[in-house]
Amino acid sequence: MMNNIIVLPLIIPIMVGVFLVFLRPYVRVQRVISLLTMIGIAGISVYILNAIQQEGILRLDFGGWEPPFGILFVADSFAMLFVLTASIVTAICLIYAFSTIGEDHEKMFFYPFVLFLVAGVNGSFLTGDLFNLFVCFEVMLLASYVLITFGGKKAQLRESIKYVVINVLSSWFFLVALSYLYGTVGTLNMAHISERVAEAGQGPLLTTISILFLIVFSLKAGLLLFYWLPGSYSVPPTAIAALFGALLTKVGIYALFRTFTLIFYHEPAVTHTLIGIMAGITLIVGCIGAIAYKDVRIIASYNVVIAVGFILIGLAVATPVSIEGSIYYVIHDMIAKAMLFLLAGTMIVLTGKTKITEMSGLIRNYPIFGWMFFIVTCSLAGIPPLSGFVGKILVGQGAIESGSYVLLALAFISSIVVLYSLLRIFLNSIFGETIISPEDEVPLKAGMIIPIALLGVGTIFLGLGAEFLSGYVSNAAYTLSNPTVYIDAVLGGNK
Amino acid sequence: METLIVILIGILVAVATYLILSRNIIRVILGTAVLSHAVHLLILTMGDLKRGNVPLLKEADAPYTDALPQALILTAIVISFAVTAFILVLAYRAYQDIGTDDLDALRGTNDE
Repeated sequence: MMNNIIVLPLIIPIMVGVFLVFLRPYVRVQRVISLLTMIGIAGISVYILNAIQQEGILRLDFGGWEPPFGILFVADSFAMLFVLTASIVTAICLIYAFSTIGEDHEKMFFYPFVLFLVAGVNGSFLTGDLFNLFVCFEVMLLASYVLITFGGKKAQLRESIKYVVINVLSSWFFLVALSYLYGTVGTLNMAHISERVAEAGQGPLLTTISILFLIVFSLKAGLLLFYWLPGSYSVPPTAIAALFGALLTKVGIYALFRTFTLIFYHEPAVTHTLIGIMAGITLIVGCIGAIAYKDVRIIASYNVVIAVGFILIGLAVATPVSIEGSIYYVIHDMIAKAMLFLLAGTMIVLTGKTKITEMSGLIRNYPIFGWMFFIVTCSLAGIPPLSGFVGKILVGQGAIESGSYVLLALAFISSIVVLYSLLRIFLNSIFGETIISPEDEVPLKAGMIIPIALLGVGTIFLGLGAEFLSGYVSNAAYTLSNPTVYIDAVLGGNK
Repeated sequence: METLIVILIGILVAVATYLILSRNIIRVILGTAVLSHAVHLLILTMGDLKRGNVPLLKEADAPYTDALPQALILTAIVISFAVTAFILVLAYRAYQDIGTDDLDALRGTNDE
């Protein structure tokens, strides 16, 4: 069966990861294999994405159990755009890791765990079963628990305990929500749940359950409940922090979009208003955080928080245009956030300092590096030729259409704050008198600047080539705005 | 029967909440373990507590037991087992390196 291909983004990283465990001493072999794996998955994702455009949503019923009885994978444009971007970003972060993570870390199963993380992330994007989503979340989280402690510095151990406990708690809430939902509608297949919720009407009970899901996914996405995020994203080694910043919150965002467009879309007055309020507060608090701190990694982490708030405005508004904008913005944000984290980490490697006030004049020592920082600043602020622009304008357009002017104002003020927080780094650290004399200069390794430059090219390409993506994105937004398309693809023909 | 189980779940959650809110990290970990037991019982209760029926659709006559909650619980148990094992190792390692199991002392914002 041709549809078998949609399980590959999950199964390949797991199998290669297990295989790499046995190749522990051969670091070079591990590097090559893991990079090739990620490029391969990116290629497969492009193929699936194109297949979806021609044949509609693909699905794979495991073990031949037809929905709603079995577990299944469903690949629509929305899921595949996430899988594709995640694979590309992971491949680039791996290239950065080659020259920075250190050989003794590489021997401690770094590559297998990155691949397990990718497997969990891709599984979460592709699954069509809510309990399976929980399992994929756990695969991803367990790998992330290991990666966050990688190196075992004191700060990492300290932050990782909080990170693990908060995630155990949110997994618990997930299970509680799942069991209530199962008790109420008697199924776990997402399309089937959606159908039954639509039949029964989303009464107060189901709305309460939906808010429970909102809490769970908000904890994962860093929407409002993000107090764990800046601490835990700023302690691991740079390549890992970049992966986290780019991927982990996006899985929560994906789950929020999926549940609140497919299943719980009947009571927008309650749920979507709540999402809007949470997104608004997230933006405000994130902006304060991004300006308040001087540690470059913490500024980058708060930028993740701001982006989450911005993307969720698209969901709160929930017009087709704003959802399309959010999808563009998520893709942009994965690339730009990975780039920002890599740049921040590189600054720390080059200067040995973490506070922006202690660095100065990096552009004189490392001109290319300075220009890369300029690109990411413009991109995150949403300046036109770069990738942030399209998403911002569409989310704004959606907010105007639905008359959510408060959210609109917050969204665009946040863009200015993002610009300010990054310009502050730029003026303090990149411009100004150099503090590094030529003889003390730490060489900027090609292995560090090449991945950053690749992400830079990515953000420029996304900005200029938005037209190229628009077919896929509007298809994804169409599926999200019309739940029946998804339901028919899953349950059609064998109800 | 359902009522009894629900009260039991309530007690477990209360105990777990108390443990999680304490300062000692081992108590927090025990709290998460108790919490996961509570949710496993909740899933079981949500799938209806019935006795004496088989989980087979076509083999037996009308009343049958839903086997899905058991499958879900089994998966959840395995996951919570793995996570608890990991977090115990993590706590031990943190205790070795930082020299404390008090969460207040783990709060520190200073950079080492």
